[in-house]
Amino acid sequence: MTSSTSPAQHPASPLVSVAQVQKHFGAHHVLKDIDLEIARGEVVVIVGPSGSGKSTLCRCLNRLETITSGTITIDGVPLPAEGRALADLRAEVGMVFQSFNLFAHRTILDNVALAPHIVSKVPLKQARAEAVALLERVGIADKAERFPGELSGGQQQRAAIARALAMKPKLMLFDEPTSALDPEMVSEVLDVITSLADDGMTMVVVTHEMGFARRAADRVIFMDDGRVVEDTTPDEFFDNARSDRARAFLSKILAH
Amino acid sequence: MDFLAASAGPIAEALGTTILLAVAAGIGSIVLGTLITAARISPVPVLRWAAFGYVQFFVNVPLLVLLVLAVFALPDAGFLLPLTPTAIIVLTLYEAAYVAEAVRSGVNTVGKGEIEASRALGFTLGQTLRVLVIPQSLRAAIQPIGNVMIALTMNTALAAAVGVVELTSAANKLNLVEAQPILIFTAAGLIYMALALAIGLTAGRLEKKLRIRR
Repeated sequence: MTSSTSPAQHPASPLVSVAQVQKHFGAHHVLKDIDLEIARGEVVVIVGPSGSGKSTLCRCLNRLETITSGTITIDGVPLPAEGRALADLRAEVGMVFQSFNLFAHRTILDNVALAPHIVSKVPLKQARAEAVALLERVGIADKAERFPGELSGGQQQRAAIARALAMKPKLMLFDEPTSALDPEMVSEVLDVITSLADDGMTMVVVTHEMGFARRAADRVIFMDDGRVVEDTTPDEFFDNARSDRARAFLSKILAH
Repeated sequence: MDFLAASAGPIAEALGTTILLAVAAGIGSIVLGTLITAARISPVPVLRWAAFGYVQFFVNVPLLVLLVLAVFALPDAGFLLPLTPTAIIVLTLYEAAYVAEAVRSGVNTVGKGEIEASRALGFTLGQTLRVLVIPQSLRAAIQPIGNVMIALTMNTALAAAVGVVELTSAANKLNLVEAQPILIFTAAGLIYMALALAIGLTAGRLEKKLRIRR
């Protein structure tokens, strides 16, 4: 179930294409002139100070947030308006949240098996078998019959990753996946994300984990005040950041 | 006291009718009330307004008026049903409004992030309601729903007013013969108390078993 980057429709074209996107929250202009293309298999890490718009950008990619103007296309298809077509598109884009958001009234196994069964109409037995395999992959098969509230944060986040993977997405979005975790649980989650990257999954990761960004990213995007300020390789970003804002950000983050 | 034992048969039969009314209308009102809540929080304005109007109507009209209307006016309009089914239907429609209010109080406990996660997974709105919002709301509303069920059981006594021979009606009939009101109605009251206690304990146990650990 690894390389779910299915036979691409247009192998050469980017998987995600963001053009001239603006986003306002009331009078607040949170995304400004965003242009961005993400190739298949690319791991893009978005960093930046809080309030820079990085989470908002991530949430716009599956239309959990609507944009004010501009276009976002996934695999050549513009994001549809709310409704059936959008639900179909979201089924192909996995998302992992800061606060896990597992369904609290269902077991871990059900959390993973539910969407394939309900959304993709996979027979329950098969969905559960695949869910067990995914839970093994993220290392929590022994928790299958437990409820989310009985697991540690790191285990819950790994379950949430398995839940997103169960839909065999062609793109994974991670919105600060380790920000709500106790420090000792960060690495178990990052290890799972890194192994996904190694398997060729296309992903967008919003994070404050600079070590992870350096290790796992193909590209680092630095955002500040709603704009993409830098879009470069990790080595280039961490060793030779061009903008003053990026250098100021890095010096603050890496100082301690 | 002997007369109580002597009329145990009819009283047991009447108690059976009371339980039938409570169980049938209980199941019916939980199902209908849940559907009304689903309509109440749906994105379709017509459904929302219809559900709101339904709840307002049944919460603001006395049950006795509804029972009398159903038993005496409906046959005039050409709907003829036996007494007990008529009472069950009226009780169901009436209590469903209260169940809907109880379930709605549970809707607020559903995690916003969980709803967002279900959307991100590709659930349609209907699927999100069915798989996530309604099940979690019902779990959170077990105790209030239990209270509605207790009120429903007490309300079955009103069916006596339109001629259904349930517990209160049987007690009344027995009293006409024996003229022992204190004894007879105390006994009837104790039976109602036992029923209410059983419902309350069941609700408490269910709540403990199905509680959502967050």
